[in-house]
Amino acid sequence: MSATEATAESTGVTNLNVSGGEAGPAPVAIVVSYGFWIFLLSDIIMFSALFATYAVLSGQTDGGPSGRELFDTRNVAIETLCLLFSSYTCGLGSVFLERRSLPAFYVLFGITFVLGAIFLGLEFHEFAGMVARGAGPSRSAFLSAFFALVGLHGAHVSIGLIWLAFMVAQTAAKGPREFVLRRLRCFSLFWHALDIIWVAVMSLVYLMAVRV
Amino acid sequence: MGKLTWSAIPFDQPIPMAASLFIVLGVLGLLGLTTAKGWWPYIWREWLTSVDHKRIGVMYVLLALVLLLRGFIDAIMMRSQLAVAAGGAAGYLPPEHYDQIFSAHGTIMIFFMAMPFMVGLMNFVVPLQLGVRDVAFPVLNAVSFWLTASGALLVNISLVVGEFARTGWLAYPPLSELQFSPGVGVDYYLWALQISGVGTLLAGINLVTTILKLRAPGMSYMRMPVFCWTALASNLLIVAAFPILTATFGMLLLDRYLGMHFFTNDGGGNAMLYFNLIWAWGHPEVYILILPAFGVFSEVIATFSGKALFGYRSMVLATMAICILSFMVWLHHFFTMGAGANVNAFFGVMTMIIAVPTGVKIFNWLFTLFRGRIRFEVPVLWAIGFMVTFVIGGMTGVLMAVPPADFVLHNSVFLVAHFHNVIIGGVLFGGMAGYNYWFPKAFGFTLHKGLGALSFWCWLIGFYLAFMPLYALGLMGMTRRMQHYADTGWQPYLIVAEVGAVVILCGIVATIAQLVVSIRSRDARRDVTGDPWNGRTLEWSTTSPPPHYNFAVLPRVNSVDAFWKMKKDGLDAPPTTYDSIDVPPRSPNGFVTAFFAVVTGFALIWHITWMAILGLVCATVTLMVFGWIERVDNEISGSDLALAERPRSKASA
Repeated sequence: MSATEATAESTGVTNLNVSGGEAGPAPVAIVVSYGFWIFLLSDIIMFSALFATYAVLSGQTDGGPSGRELFDTRNVAIETLCLLFSSYTCGLGSVFLERRSLPAFYVLFGITFVLGAIFLGLEFHEFAGMVARGAGPSRSAFLSAFFALVGLHGAHVSIGLIWLAFMVAQTAAKGPREFVLRRLRCFSLFWHALDIIWVAVMSLVYLMAVRV
Repeated sequence: MGKLTWSAIPFDQPIPMAASLFIVLGVLGLLGLTTAKGWWPYIWREWLTSVDHKRIGVMYVLLALVLLLRGFIDAIMMRSQLAVAAGGAAGYLPPEHYDQIFSAHGTIMIFFMAMPFMVGLMNFVVPLQLGVRDVAFPVLNAVSFWLTASGALLVNISLVVGEFARTGWLAYPPLSELQFSPGVGVDYYLWALQISGVGTLLAGINLVTTILKLRAPGMSYMRMPVFCWTALASNLLIVAAFPILTATFGMLLLDRYLGMHFFTNDGGGNAMLYFNLIWAWGHPEVYILILPAFGVFSEVIATFSGKALFGYRSMVLATMAICILSFMVWLHHFFTMGAGANVNAFFGVMTMIIAVPTGVKIFNWLFTLFRGRIRFEVPVLWAIGFMVTFVIGGMTGVLMAVPPADFVLHNSVFLVAHFHNVIIGGVLFGGMAGYNYWFPKAFGFTLHKGLGALSFWCWLIGFYLAFMPLYALGLMGMTRRMQHYADTGWQPYLIVAEVGAVVILCGIVATIAQLVVSIRSRDARRDVTGDPWNGRTLEWSTTSPPPHYNFAVLPRVNSVDAFWKMKKDGLDAPPTTYDSIDVPPRSPNGFVTAFFAVVTGFALIWHITWMAILGLVCATVTLMVFGWIERVDNEISGSDLALAERPRSKASA
């Protein structure tokens, strides 16, 4: 860690325009968020492979039920609202954290957690209903692709909830120190990225299936 | 214990038993020696828990060289089988064993030899060339390495416990589906590659961030050494391609474990989907391997010609062009799928186009050599051998880019000859050039020149003997992955190929001898200057081996070939006072993560539910414990730095 990074460490985010090059190594806060962005891009590529698979296999129902028969748009609408609103509370909570207003941060991240949990509950309910109707992931290629794509997103949300709880506990135990803030910024990026992917899931999986 | 019983160990088969006995005894002997000599504390402190990019780079290359031996033993067994199994003769390897050997050979050579070799060189060299103290995420770097090593360990466990895949190195369905491969072989393959693939992805993210965000003051993009550019391109490809591999293997695992229907024959599955996905990773993968090798050759040729690299800008442009084009050619691996003339024509033309930037590079190297004062050190031999060999391999590739020609040559040994021509002639020669070139930087003494040259000539001659006959055999109609053949007319060619494999064996022995002789005579071959080759880039501006912080003061860069410019302008006197610096402390995170990865992977392969859950829970707890502890960097004070740098200051005065 160079002297510039050590300075950035003690003063928080400074010099947002410093990009390496002339100035030498970028501050650690920039490096961490940047690296996490690249990870998120790679994650989005993993999802794109599953989207491509879904596009190829979505018609392969093997005589089983199709998306139009299975999907409940009202359920999807509530899920979408939960997730989008949780992104809003997550963003707002991050702003309060940067201002060191910890009570507001705890409340908003608490709401984020609850909304995320409701989303997961609804998704689990949907999956359980489909399996009960004999439309589980091993029924047809279409259902394999559906459960893998939507389930991978759900797994991401679950990991996000564990991470969220962990980070809130860490903030409570250690205070809003620089390394905690860096991690919370990464979490915030992660949570927003899940929203972007969900918008694609909602449009390409659910809305395409029930379109007139 | 799930599917695991004593019958998993092949007591009745002499060849695998002898091989595993040899390996187990070797490993036990090594562990015993380490214990007897009391080396464990040193190995634990300085290597297993090290987060120093140089140590990690060295361990990657060591892993690659060890696995090169394993992969080569597989290769020479196949060559020996085919040299005898003509006409009525059955040879000495039964088909089910032969199939495991060619699958293991390909898997090991690509994922656990070529990949660690290239990632190791990049890990060691890139931060030094950028003039910085470490990669962006040093602990993550250790995790990446240990995950790669975990994958390699799982593949080698399959030799003793159970079996390996019989499906070829890419495990195409429907053969790799549960219905046709009910054993654990494919599961070994899948979990080993999933674990090491995560490691590679994390390494890629780490190096991309390092190159884009951590560079010495003044090092703008167009002042970066070409090796850093090729490393950037290669790691961008890792970030863009490896997630596809993870997703694809994930789907095949779901098919095998949960009865899903992605690639099965029934239920609406589509095996050709797997081909498309795996090659959407697989073609970028060959450029992930070859681009760093191109970077090595660029450094080696410029240094030993005593000239700046010809056409630096065109080299950078060609590198980035290859980086992008590599995603547009994947379908040429299966023109015979029947996608139609227009689709095949598009991918054929794209494949030919990608040869253009590669040709630009060849001409740049030639013009760099032209009128240079070439010193024929060992790395240069590898570089020139590469240029001749790779051009031949490239041309046979362009030949197969013509779809009608490919329909004839598809899955023949012509193809086998082609990709060995570019991977041995390109990646392996590049790895060996880099190994000989940077060894003195890593260890502080040079490698023996005569034995290095002997190793090169054996590899070069052995390669031509082993693979030129395969081109001919391919045109004669011999398909790949045959355990025996009826046409005795092929046998003379295959005997020549066997002789070639033996010559390559001599090359490997020479490489080992070179290392042993060099270590024993290291006092006579010390590199006291830090710059044994009269180098051009910043890694030669520090000591050999470099201190763990690389540079006491980050160098100030004013041009491309920064160190050459500094030498020409006259080196600055070393400073008398130093600012304190922070270095990350060592961490057991990587090693512990890898331990649980192996446990979980092994449990999943054998369907041992309790062990898999235990491994996952332990891994999660470990992650949380490491995530809870705040990392406190070790500070090296200015006065300690001045003390450490004193011998060097004296030397330069």
